[in-house]
Amino acid sequence: MISVAGSGGVREPTAASVARRDGWLRRLPLLPAFVYVILLTQIPFALTIYYSLFSWNLLKPGSFRFSGADNYTRLLTDESIRTAVFNTVVLTISVIAISVVLGLAIASLLNSEVFGKGLMRTLMIAPFLIMPTAGALIWKDTLLNPLFGLLPYVFTPFGLGRVDWVNKYPMVTVVAVEVWRWTPFMMLIILAGLQSQNPEVLEAARVDGANAFQSFRRITLPLVRPFIELGALLGSLFVVQTFDSIFMLTYGGPGEDTTNLPFLLYIVAFQGFNIGQASAIGVVAVIMTTIVATIGLRTMFSIFQVEPRR
Amino acid sequence: MVGGRLPVSKVLWTVVGWLVVFIFFFPVLWMWLESLKTEPQAASSPPTIFFAPTLAEFQEVLSGDFPPFFINSAVASIGSTLLVLILALPAAYALAIRPVKRTQDVLFFFISTRFLPFAASLVPLYLLARDLHLLDNIFALVLIYTTINMPLGVWLLRSFLLEIPPELFEAARVDGASFGTEIWRIVVPLIAPGIAATSLICLIFSWNEFFYAVNFTSSVAATAPIFLVGFISGRGLFYAKLAAAATLASLPVLMAGWIAQKQLIRGLTLGAVK
Repeated sequence: MISVAGSGGVREPTAASVARRDGWLRRLPLLPAFVYVILLTQIPFALTIYYSLFSWNLLKPGSFRFSGADNYTRLLTDESIRTAVFNTVVLTISVIAISVVLGLAIASLLNSEVFGKGLMRTLMIAPFLIMPTAGALIWKDTLLNPLFGLLPYVFTPFGLGRVDWVNKYPMVTVVAVEVWRWTPFMMLIILAGLQSQNPEVLEAARVDGANAFQSFRRITLPLVRPFIELGALLGSLFVVQTFDSIFMLTYGGPGEDTTNLPFLLYIVAFQGFNIGQASAIGVVAVIMTTIVATIGLRTMFSIFQVEPRR
Repeated sequence: MVGGRLPVSKVLWTVVGWLVVFIFFFPVLWMWLESLKTEPQAASSPPTIFFAPTLAEFQEVLSGDFPPFFINSAVASIGSTLLVLILALPAAYALAIRPVKRTQDVLFFFISTRFLPFAASLVPLYLLARDLHLLDNIFALVLIYTTINMPLGVWLLRSFLLEIPPELFEAARVDGASFGTEIWRIVVPLIAPGIAATSLICLIFSWNEFFYAVNFTSSVAATAPIFLVGFISGRGLFYAKLAAAATLASLPVLMAGWIAQKQLIRGLTLGAVK
């Protein structure tokens, strides 16, 4: 860079300032989205932490007062939150485990030589696309209703007739409906993994005398494992938030039998209008999710390289 | 692993496969069948299997109070999707074509907000909406759905941009063209299919959203899923109408999902699986 001496006040841009300006130009297009997300997620979250330190009920005007860690100690002793955490864990683990197993089985079927693969796949993803509130109502009223539903009628010859699934086995019902919804999701991801497999490798294994089970365990499974892990991770981040089907099927009941954390939050915040307590639940939910997601997402980052190009 | 040379096994696995698919698809099929029945047929015991289909319930739903809910859903979904595209495209472009040192961190930040529980920001957003008189206002849902879909938009669009050889951008870059021109004239045409796929995925998520809809709206701005809440207490009386409403409410996403089938997997995994 040539600097012209005595050019009277006009300063040549230095390399550093050019680099800085260039850096800002590079970042500038990023800013609107970045600022937007911060405004609508990070600042509200900071406020949630703040509110969680106050006793505040919207139905009682003037009830806003500092209460320190009261909301948190109440959480520790409260039966409802323990039930909700337990239900959240049970629901998430069973839905993910069952739908991964079913998804793997169905993906394997769709990856083999069967007639009508394309149509099968198309029909298979429908449960995932159906509006969750609509799907839950269809299950509850037209399929499971003990009087008019189709399934109690179909199952009567098998000695299972007229069972009031929603009220007698509420958690089983919620898990079943969620499995119905999430199996196609797992199937899609695992199928993508299976299709990335080189058929020649399997053929070679067959020629070498490996049976179907051996080549599945030794060749296919290691290959699709990252896809299963990705599906399980993304799936659990969604299933932890299950609200729609619980609202429609059981409304968290009977009692609190199917109340999970999102539903408890809904009850505390919008039925009780207990802002302080709801905020404390929010903070706890974030801490729990962060632990799961940090571990999971780091794994995902290492599995699927999210490398910048240059 | 399954399937082999013999047609016998192919036939066998085909039968098994179709059986499984039938079980999973059946609730959807049943919803359609119920929607084409009359109320007495829909709530009969034993269930009616053979009947003369009628569109009466669809007519009833469409001429009743359902259309405003449907329109609200359309406004919230389309509005938020457009907003996502406007904000996410420049961001994705910056992250893909002009990466900076902390690109990875920024990407990680975006995705972390997608999985932040509702609980994290629900109460302050509710109070803010209340104070700004945005409760039961569709604009509040547009803003919230934009937040929900922003990480998806940024990640997906970036993954599509990464597929285009950088030389193409450089070669096409007109001297002195503004950033806006560059995006509009070069980037948008190059990744048009990616933009379409991203929009469909955003539409799917916002159309089906229920939690914020049920808490932030009541009547004026209520969306399609809220219309279905009205059927919860209807004990055995309105099955056909319920099925017709559920069919109509699910139709746009079902269509979008089926059309974008190839992109669905990519969208759902935020671009990780292609």
